[in-house]
Amino acid sequence: MSLVSGRKFLQLFEMIGEYVSLFSDVTVASFRNPPSWDLIREQLFHFGVMSLPVVAITGFTTGFVLAAQSFYQLGEKGLAGVTGILVAKAMITELGPVLTAFMVTGRVGAAMCAELATMKVTEQIDALKSMAVNPYAYLVAPRFIAGVIMNPLLTLFSMVMGIFGGYLIAVFYFNLPPLSYFDPMRTSLTIFDLVTGLVKAFVFGLLFVSVCCYKGMRTSGGAAGVGKATTQSVVTSYVLILISDFFLTMLLNTIHTKIDTQF
Amino acid sequence: MIRIRNLWKRYGKIDVLKGLDLDVNEGEILVILGRSGVGKSVLLRQIIGIEKPEKGTVEVNGELITNLKENELYQAVKNMGMLFQGSALFDSMNLEDNTAFYMHEHGDPVTKKPFSPQEIHERVLHALDMVGLLGSEKKMPSELSGGMRKRAGLARLIVYRPSILLYDEPTTGLDPITAQQINELIVQTQNELKGTSIVVTHDINSALYMADRLALHEDGKISFIAEPEEFMKIDNPIIRFLRDSQTIKLRKK
Repeated sequence: MSLVSGRKFLQLFEMIGEYVSLFSDVTVASFRNPPSWDLIREQLFHFGVMSLPVVAITGFTTGFVLAAQSFYQLGEKGLAGVTGILVAKAMITELGPVLTAFMVTGRVGAAMCAELATMKVTEQIDALKSMAVNPYAYLVAPRFIAGVIMNPLLTLFSMVMGIFGGYLIAVFYFNLPPLSYFDPMRTSLTIFDLVTGLVKAFVFGLLFVSVCCYKGMRTSGGAAGVGKATTQSVVTSYVLILISDFFLTMLLNTIHTKIDTQF
Repeated sequence: MIRIRNLWKRYGKIDVLKGLDLDVNEGEILVILGRSGVGKSVLLRQIIGIEKPEKGTVEVNGELITNLKENELYQAVKNMGMLFQGSALFDSMNLEDNTAFYMHEHGDPVTKKPFSPQEIHERVLHALDMVGLLGSEKKMPSELSGGMRKRAGLARLIVYRPSILLYDEPTTGLDPITAQQINELIVQTQNELKGTSIVVTHDINSALYMADRLALHEDGKISFIAEPEEFMKIDNPIIRFLRDSQTIKLRKK
């Protein structure tokens, strides 16, 4: 039993080592053979533009729900006026980054992993190598670049959609005066909130793209292996997003508090 | 000239290559025969640097492939090419883009100059014509039959005229007519490029048609290597079987 758990422990370390080496492989390969603009543009399009509808729907409906819940929970206590702040704070610092990362992982990350995994098991990645093309520079680097650029932008879009969705429900369904929705935001929302959301979006983007690429590039075992890798990539990404969300929240708030006390 | 010494490759707990030695002369077609699973394809993957061996050296034209760093390796293999068993065509590209891929990425492997779009187009059409796929250039790999995929893989290889060509079971799964066309193309390409070819196959008829020399891969090593006539006289159970299968007769009912 202890032998089995010892082996699992070693496998975990091996996996972490391989995952870290993916970053160095991609960085080195990108500097030596920078991916062409065409490849990056293609990934930016798939990652960003094609994800707009799903991110819009997610942000919009989350804004609806947040506004409705806050109105039902707080309205009776005479706190309906905080609806706008609650929606905006939640969308910007927490729900925008996390839900966008979840949706984009499901839509783009899974496809990314499945595509790379299929290329791996059908020897297409070996074919690239045989033609002296570094697969990390050609396949992985453009996806990394698209991930770290587009995920924060999509998150920003989701935040706006959420706040707008909340506004529609609060004003047109619960008859909250429009100024009561937006005015408190001016005093309560800070640049730090936005920075928190965007830093999270950047880290989440890097996390799920790297996990999905790692799983895809290390796939073996034919069609079953592709399915397994894709499932694992999505589940692992979700777990890492949630864990890193907590640590980022703690870290960013600690930094913010220290900056506040110093100045 | 390819020189392989004491090559070891392990997958899990199994040693697939066990101290393999092999010399391939410049300008020859060496055909490697052997039973399935003995590591013939694995050997090709070590030669072109897709995988690193546990031990041993692969030297190609005086350069130690096995000792190169990743970036140096990509430079070293620019003059090499491989036809994969499953063709390994890029799913996301049509036949024309698949065939033009190397030329788009690297330009001419000898002069190092980029190709003009017109030149790429002409060479792609010529290569597809050679393998009988002219008119299919806009088709996606998923629209091609197994034989067509194999021929498309061959077109993608010969279009950039590498000086070392590795063929992993080029005729497996093809009908006898297409198989013979592929054999002829391999020989024709060899004659045109004056390069060095290593062909891994199970098909003794193809092997005898193409080979300047034949090698037998057994138990992780090359056990015999000789010119075809001499090779077929060697007293070995596998070679005996191959010799008999050449003149196989209809089974009596």
